[in-house]
Amino acid sequence: MSGITEPRGWTKGALAATSWLVYFFFYAPILVLIIFSFSDSRNASVWGGFTTSWYSDFASDSELTGALWNSLRIAVVATLVSVVLGTMSAIALERFRFRGQRVFDALLYLPVIIPDVTMAVMLLLFFAQAANWFGFSKGFGTIALSHIAFCISFVSIVVRARLAGMDDKLEEAAMDLYASRWQAFRHVTLPLIMPGILGGGLLAMTLSLDDVVITQFVTGGGWSTLPVYVFSLIRKGVTPLINAVSVVMLVASMVLVALSLLAQRLRGDDAI
Amino acid sequence: MTEAGVAHVDVEEVATTVDAVAIRGVTKRFGSGDGEVVAVDDIDLSIADGEFFAMLGPSGCGKTTTLRMIAGLEFPTSGSLKIFGDEVGTLPPNKRPVNTVFQNYALFPHMTVLDNVSFGLRMQGVDKATASGRASELIDLVQLSGMEKRKPSQLSGGQQQRVALARALVNRPKVLLLDEPLGALDLKLRQEMQLELKSLQRDLGVSFVFVTHDQEEALTMSDRIAVMHDGRLLQVGSAEELYERPANRFVADFIGQTNLIEATVADGDMIVLGNGSKVLAPSDYAAGTPVAMSLRPEAISIGTRGSVPAEHQADSLDGVVSTAVYLGHALDYHVSVDWIDLEVRAPAVGSRGRFQPGDEVSVWWDRSSNWVVAD
Repeated sequence: MSGITEPRGWTKGALAATSWLVYFFFYAPILVLIIFSFSDSRNASVWGGFTTSWYSDFASDSELTGALWNSLRIAVVATLVSVVLGTMSAIALERFRFRGQRVFDALLYLPVIIPDVTMAVMLLLFFAQAANWFGFSKGFGTIALSHIAFCISFVSIVVRARLAGMDDKLEEAAMDLYASRWQAFRHVTLPLIMPGILGGGLLAMTLSLDDVVITQFVTGGGWSTLPVYVFSLIRKGVTPLINAVSVVMLVASMVLVALSLLAQRLRGDDAI
Repeated sequence: MTEAGVAHVDVEEVATTVDAVAIRGVTKRFGSGDGEVVAVDDIDLSIADGEFFAMLGPSGCGKTTTLRMIAGLEFPTSGSLKIFGDEVGTLPPNKRPVNTVFQNYALFPHMTVLDNVSFGLRMQGVDKATASGRASELIDLVQLSGMEKRKPSQLSGGQQQRVALARALVNRPKVLLLDEPLGALDLKLRQEMQLELKSLQRDLGVSFVFVTHDQEEALTMSDRIAVMHDGRLLQVGSAEELYERPANRFVADFIGQTNLIEATVADGDMIVLGNGSKVLAPSDYAAGTPVAMSLRPEAISIGTRGSVPAEHQADSLDGVVSTAVYLGHALDYHVSVDWIDLEVRAPAVGSRGRFQPGDEVSVWWDRSSNWVVAD
């Protein structure tokens, strides 16, 4: 595997050193965070001996666990709805030709590129108007709707990439072999894009669980998700409790991202 | 023979003369307005039951679109399409008694060979055990026993081809459609599969409709061949008919190699060649029609200048050899006659001498081997 493009001599060393530096820069803070989440000291940045009490504090703090429960419920709802809608829009954009397709295509990806805070303000104004007209209060519903709104785009992108790599003759072959349109989708298309759907769904769940900015704008009535609650705790001072909560969120996110990558690689060699 | 007996024969005649596929005045347009493309332009075609039928033409000629309309993957813009007497014009593919072997096979990558082959039966509601049993029979038939549990990606191109064949045939289609099925195989495998497909078709007695751009493949395998060009059906006939009596200039040129010598129809079965010489070449074209005389390279004899046998004097030309290529079984010459260049293929054995570039020669042909074509 040592082709002409393989780096050699001092370039090789320099590239390796740069890579290690970048990784150090990424992961040193995480390591520090994890270490200090076990520190037996009120001050978050002073080491005071090993303890796991911050984790048990987290488990027994009803406000924290309540916020965690909120986060999970919203993440599950946002993921399920955005997976269905995102997959449907991906199929529509990839498989059919219709009027206004390009516009629809561009608009669908807008939430990916516009800044979170812009999106948050937009949604806040929108919900304020809607509340005037329809009379509902902000909270679970508004947060879930907002998360669905930005998750659809990500799901759609991931599923579409998978669909684009799939031979559309396969559906024709299924229908030629007596499958109805639905059966062709169910037995051929769906299994083949499933890694994309799973990957997109896990990505959506990660984004929903981690979101602070948008959630903070559209929440109300004392409703809070875990990241938003943690953010509010910081104003009272950083304790190792926050370190422990952060570690839990970090691990959860990393597990989800890893699962997402795994799902996308699943059966990847078979997708013609 | 009694009257009843005669009547009985008549009934059988009627029953067996229903075409497997009957296409009447079918046109297919794609797009609209300025972007409109006529892929298939008002074609009529009858494919008999049990026939090996090839649709031949260059890419973009409409042969694949025609096949897809028979399969139900495209619907005709206008015209009638019947399969065994039933109008199927806008019936979806899953409601038609035909199955397709796709170009590049379109095997389901997430299913095993067995699941691929039993798919059609399962979709028709056949229970799993029966479907697997019949699928296994077909897998045996295409000589892939032992490969049932493999995924398509673990098979060679030739094996994938066989799976595609088994997957279609397991449903006992009344017509099997094949879209360039051998295109992805290398030459040797392709020739083997040609013979296998032909004998399989003979054993099953099912109509095969075969789309190809390879004229040799069409000539080797088919009972009849339809030549298409620019969405139009130019000629339908046996290999011999197409080769010996092409309907027009395109068919003459597309099927095999030929010399097309520009000419004009004169009176009395004569045509006037470009150099003014008159040649006897009967045709149905009116006097004055611009035509071409098709002469196959192997139908032309070559000899030293002045050696033309007396009976061929009227059908000969003088020229100079410009190139000579040794092909093993034959010698391929290009002979410059004053206004054209003729390709001549002389058998390596039994020719009247061999010639070098620059040699002055005469060429002549048998009167029955020329054929007049118009546009």
